Amino acid sequence: METDTQAKCEFQAVSYTYEDGVQALRGISLCIYPNQITAIFGPAGGGKSTLLRLLNRLNDLIPGRQLEGRVLLDGEDLYTSGVDVHALRRRAGMVFATPVPLPMSIRRNLTYGPELAGVRDRARLDELVERSLKAAALWDEVSDRLDDPAIALSGGQQQRLCLARTLALEPEVILLDEPTSGLDPISTAKVEASLQELKKRYTVIIVPHSVQQAARVADHAVFILQGELVEEASGGQLFTNPTDQRTEGYITGRFG
Amino acid sequence: MSRNLRQKLGFALLSTVTIIVVLPILWVVGYIVVQGAPAISWEFISAMPRDGMRAGGVWPAIVGTVLLTLGTAIFAVPLGVAVAIYLAEYAQDTMLTRIIRLAIINLAGVPSVVYGLFGLGLFVIFLQFGTSILAGSLTLAIMTLPVIISTAEEALRAVPQSFRIVSFSLGGTRWQTIRRVVLPQALPGILTGVILGLERAAGETAPILFTVAAFFLPRLPSSIFDQTMALPYHLYVISTQVPGMPVQIQYGTALVLLIFVLSMNILAAVMRSRFRAKRQW
Repeated sequence: METDTQAKCEFQAVSYTYEDGVQALRGISLCIYPNQITAIFGPAGGGKSTLLRLLNRLNDLIPGRQLEGRVLLDGEDLYTSGVDVHALRRRAGMVFATPVPLPMSIRRNLTYGPELAGVRDRARLDELVERSLKAAALWDEVSDRLDDPAIALSGGQQQRLCLARTLALEPEVILLDEPTSGLDPISTAKVEASLQELKKRYTVIIVPHSVQQAARVADHAVFILQGELVEEASGGQLFTNPTDQRTEGYITGRFG
Repeated sequence: MSRNLRQKLGFALLSTVTIIVVLPILWVVGYIVVQGAPAISWEFISAMPRDGMRAGGVWPAIVGTVLLTLGTAIFAVPLGVAVAIYLAEYAQDTMLTRIIRLAIINLAGVPSVVYGLFGLGLFVIFLQFGTSILAGSLTLAIMTLPVIISTAEEALRAVPQSFRIVSFSLGGTRWQTIRRVVLPQALPGILTGVILGLERAAGETAPILFTVAAFFLPRLPSSIFDQTMALPYHLYVISTQVPGMPVQIQYGTALVLLIFVLSMNILAAVMRSRFRAKRQW
């Protein structure tokens, strides 16, 4: 296990511009540490998702983008030419706002990533399925119907399946982009509870869907406003005693 | 009351128009069935033609059409699906891809007799395949390609983008994503397009006229460099070129061709609805 002083991910003066000239990020410098939940929050359209997607290079799919600065994982620049993007995406697994089960069985959804990575051993795959479903608090609900189509699950179950699917990659970093925005409070609580477990083993970065959720889950909170990092501090510090007026205005609901 | 009346009038009008559209089809099919059914017998579909095609059966023409349809599929399906995958999944929006698309659209509009002449020039004469099943299949394949490409591309594009993004986010390469997620989901649509394209190929006369069809060949073809009879051309021949032809045999041949093509059509429709019901998005 790494020590808390070693940053897992690091943004060094990162600016990011889309093809249409919209500048999504301006000079962001940020360190993200392992074994805690980092919540990146702020009003919509502020560049939070862009920031997350820089870490697994999902923005590569968009043509004409421009990146300045450096994005590091374990001290290695992710945007140099030698980086294996597919391997990187397994190291930094992502959960999206809308659960998208792949059109296959529950089991195949979970083994999809590992199989692409070349895992063929049946016992190993079964073990991954069970372990990741348990970690996502879904095992008890689906263990007797793993070969049913994943689409048959409820919305909350689908999102936990997507979380489990990401865990089955055995990632180092888990990126969650508003993972509970479509979920009921009970499912949300289940997902948040699993995050508390997951942070013991992973680096967890979440874009929460509300300030309240940010306050509930964040060990470390980062406030992003219109592409700029306004303030970052420990969760307790930032939500009770913000230093910047804009942070205070946002978390007390004066704008947003 | 008046609104209600208007609604009823509109409804009646639309139903009438629909019936008017359907009627000619039913009439044509019904007429052929009634006229052709008496000719249909085991001998008719399993025997060689006799007496200058005025008696006997249409067996070699059935075999020929089946062979040509298979030959067309062998060339057109892999090529068409590959092009569709390229266009839908890989190609950027460049001048080149725009030209390719334009070419495909234009190919679909070329009259079939032009394909026939093209096939004659390229396959029969220049490549020296002669008048043969190979030349005919290739000609039909080129004619069928645009149909297969456009329906397959449409089927691929209909697969939600979110599946691709999820697959990428799980470490999938573009090809892994296509093979494991996109293609299986697009397969029903692709197959439907393939069958509809082959069905058109099976019923065409002009492209095979100069490239493969035999006026009369009282034996089955023995190699892909052989000529063959085929149902559409056979129908043309016995309807216009043979004096004293019994009408029954003409309609019987038409009925066999119709059954062949219609059953492919029905197969496509059944497959489409089967897969629709199973689709998970």
